Formats: sequence, C-alpha cells, structure tokens
Amino acid sequence: MAVRTVALAAAGEADAEECQAVASEWADVRSALEAVCAGETARINATLIRVTGDWGLAEDCLQDAFARALADWPVHGVPRNPGAWLTTVARNRAIDRLRSMASEKRAVGELAVLTELEGLAGQAGDAPAGADDRLRLIYTCCHPALALEARVALTLRTVAGLTTAEIARAFLVPEATMSKRLVRARAKIRDAGIPYRVPPPELISERTDGILAVLYLMFNEGYSASSGNSLIREPLVLEAIRLTRLLVELLAGSPHEPEALGLLALMLFHHARRIARQDAAGDLVPLEEQDRQSWDQAAIAEAATLLVAAEKVAVSRGTNPGSYRLQAAIAECHMTAASSGSTNFTRVALLYGSLAEIAPSPVVELNRAVAVAMSAGPLAGLALIDQLDQARSLQGYYLLPAARADLLRRLGRRSEASRDYRRALELAPSEVERRYLRRRLKETNPKPPCAFAIHKEPGSGTGPEEER
Amino acid sequence: MEYMLFICSDPAAPKYVAAEDNIGQWSAEMEARGISRHGDRLRPVEDATTVMVRSGQVVVSDGPFAETKEWIAGYDIIACANLDEAIEVASKHPMAKFGKIEIRPVWPFGQ
Repeated sequence: MAVRTVALAAAGEADAEECQAVASEWADVRSALEAVCAGETARINATLIRVTGDWGLAEDCLQDAFARALADWPVHGVPRNPGAWLTTVARNRAIDRLRSMASEKRAVGELAVLTELEGLAGQAGDAPAGADDRLRLIYTCCHPALALEARVALTLRTVAGLTTAEIARAFLVPEATMSKRLVRARAKIRDAGIPYRVPPPELISERTDGILAVLYLMFNEGYSASSGNSLIREPLVLEAIRLTRLLVELLAGSPHEPEALGLLALMLFHHARRIARQDAAGDLVPLEEQDRQSWDQAAIAEAATLLVAAEKVAVSRGTNPGSYRLQAAIAECHMTAASSGSTNFTRVALLYGSLAEIAPSPVVELNRAVAVAMSAGPLAGLALIDQLDQARSLQGYYLLPAARADLLRRLGRRSEASRDYRRALELAPSEVERRYLRRRLKETNPKPPCAFAIHKEPGSGTGPEEER
Repeated sequence: MEYMLFICSDPAAPKYVAAEDNIGQWSAEMEARGISRHGDRLRPVEDATTVMVRSGQVVVSDGPFAETKEWIAGYDIIACANLDEAIEVASKHPMAKFGKIEIRPVWPFGQ
C-alpha cells in the first residue's frame, strides 16, 4: 500500500490527500531517523568499533545503515525498535565488508572479528552498548593526541551523531574540509595506536578534564558566535549540553561527577539568557542591561539544582570545587539576582579569587577586578585593572581597556574613558563587540544626553532598545 | 606496536642539568619492562652528510643545514601496547624535560 502511494506520488498521479499522506510518512521517517541519530549513534558506534576495532569501517557501515533506513522505512514503516534495526543492518554490512576483505587478504585477524560479529547476530542490538562502551567512545574521541578541532568534530560525529555536513556548517568550513578532518582523525586513531578504552586510573583525571574542555569548547564555539551566524551555530550549543548530560549520567559515582555537573550547570546558566543577550538588531546586550524576564527560569532552576547536587557529591568525597563548579557558582550569583544592582558581587569577587588560585589567568584577574569594582567601588577595581595593565599580560585583549573605560565612565572621568573605549575598539575581535563599544564611546562624548545613570537598573525603562 | 621516539632539542626548554639526567635509570626500566628495542644518541648535524642520486650521479653534500634550532639528538625504538604506553615511556625520558620527544608509529611493510 505504502509502496503504491510512493509510486503514485512519484508519477504525479496521486491526489492531494495521498501526497499529504506520503509527505507525512516521510516526515515520520525523518523524525524517527533524527531521533535515532541523536540517541543511538553513540551506542551503535560503540558496539561496532569495539567489535571491529576499525573506526572507518564503523562509520561507513553506520552511514549505509542510515541510507538503508531512508529507503526501507517509508515502504515498510518505522521499525518498532529503530536503534536495534540500525545496529543489525550496520553489523551485517560490517560482516559483508570484513568477509570480502578477509577473502582478499586471507587475513586471520578479520576472521576473528567476524566470529565475534556473528556472535552478536542473535542479540542484534537487544544488548545495547553499556555505559562503559559509550564512555570508551568519548574518551577515545577526546584523546589528547588528536588536534583539538578534530576531537570536537569526531565527538559530534561519532557520539552525537551529527552529519558531516551539519558539523561543517556549524564550523563554517566546506563539507570536504570537515570530511577530511574526520577521516584523518579516524586514521590516526588506527595508525598511531590510540587505545579504544576508558583510561586507567593514573590517566583518568587528566583525560576527563580533557573531555570537559572539549565539551566546553564546543559550547563556546556555538555560544560566542556573532549575530550573523548564531543560528547556524546553535546546534553546537545544544549538542554540547546534550553530550554533557550524557557524560554526567555516565560518570555517576565517579570522582569526576561534581565537575561534570558543574560544567552542565555552567552551560545551562549561560544558555538561559540566550534570548536576552542580543537585541533585535543583533547587538550584544551586556549582562547588567539584559531583560531578566526573558531569562529561561526553568534552565536556571535546573542549573541551581545541579550545583547543589555537585556540592553534595563533592562534600561526601572531600573534593574541592574545580574550575567549572566555581564558574557555575559565579554564573549563579548573576542569574539568581533580581536585578544587576542586587547581585552579590562580594561573593562573585571571592569566587573569582578561588578560581584564580586553581586556574590562575589574567582574564580571571580582570573579572575579579570588575567584581571588586561592583562591590567595593570603581576606584578599588581600577587599581586592580591598572596592576594588570602594567603587568602587560593582557596586552592586545580588548576587554581590559573596555573594562577600564567602563569604570572611568562610572567615575565620570569621560575623556579618559573615551580614550580607553577607543583603545578597546581597535582590539575588539568582532563587529557585535565593536558596535557595543561605539555606543559606549558615544555616551562619553562631551554633550551627554544624561540618559545613562551610573547605577542603572535594568527594567527601569532604559533598556537597550531605548538607548540607541 | 612499535614506535620510534625522536629525541629532539628544544631551545625553549629548561636548561640541561646533568644531575637530573636519569637516562640510565630510564633505559634500565624500559629494558626490564621489555619495551626498549634499540636507541642511541646522534652526532650533531655538523657531522651529517646528505646523499642523493640525480641523473644517475651520486651527489654528496655536507649538512643539511636547515634554518632550525631544533634537531634530532637521538632516537629509541620501543614496543608498546598502544599510544598511551608510548606517551608514558616518552614522558619518563629525561629529554622530555630538557627537550621534546616526537612519537612516530612504525609502519611495517605489508600493512
């Protein structure tokens, strides 16, 4: 019946109703496939790679299985257990490929793999890859011997199940470039002998930090995208959150669980203000001016709960907060304050102090200076910023003169402020940031309209919209 | 798997301290673990000779003198379970501290 419908539609003889039925059937197939892609790719890949030990082969067989599904499901309907269906098809494809390779080379190794693959036949996806299998996959994708960009791309492809085209689009590179990057990464795993495993205890700490860093990089790639392409890059943000959720689940009970929870909370806090951080024109809205009503309260509540859970696990293990938990705690101060003015900046400054102890960086110091300015006054902050400026460790970093200019503006020292805004403008990396700085610069001009108060409260009618 | 470790100099690395050079200990450990196959120092590039055959003629020259301050000061061929073990072995080599080490998988013919 479905076959007839497809044939009729193809011949252009179907009536509107039948066409619609076909279209909705296709939509069903597509959404079923997309759901499987998102949820099952990691499991299927984990199984195929574990058994065949061949990343390239696993990739090809999974691709074939998805192609078969696209052809088969509209005709026979979506199978009851799509993940198991795809695993079986991919596994059979792997058996075929290995059989022909084995007969070509009379390779003994392939025959051993075949035996195991065929052993899987009875259980065909009914025995899904366990937590360990998927963890093995993630640890291998994020191995430090792979280039950072390759780790991100491979994780998106192999664990998250994004297509090469989707990843290429998100990274703004041609599909051929991304495809080459993925092929090279898989080849290196095979040729350089990168082990497919959860690392042993002596390595697990640094390797888990490595995974968290890859996921945070993935998130930031999408999150800090400029207005022109923020939509295109949003999948990176969503996938990073989804993968971190998966990691939290897989790391339950491990000593790394609190930091994974902290990272997830941090991402959710940032993501909660996705709507507020750009105005209708795509301009960057600074935190203090954002419309707090448009923040995603459900995400904020979830993130806060995650932080509490992280704290509980950490206390029971006696571990100190790591950098993601501290950053999430800082974000929490901002995201749970009723207004910018009521933010607990004393706590923010303290948290930045702790962060500087475990992950010393001039950027962290700069943020601490800003928090100090907010809690103890602009002069106190300015003193800290000037120390950083003199140390020259942030030379060329636009946020230093930008922050300095903001404090000078608050102090009413207009000409100095405008000089620093100009300095920042020269260094700002993107148009969104330059537009923001230009707007500030205009405010420091000799004839100010008095529209900006030193302690401006958001939501008091001087939102970013009216300011321009 | 077999890997070749290229022991390289690195002008950006901390200065060599003879007292911290535990190469004897490293060799002993790797030998005891059945990892080290063969390794030695290499004479500096000043002692290198380049040979090529062009139009049937053997061309011999002094050098090469590449415009680089990094050079290969030695090598080791090791047999390891995987790259992680090779990284561990390389990281324990004293020259990982005073220079740097490039790990290259050996690519046997027929593979």
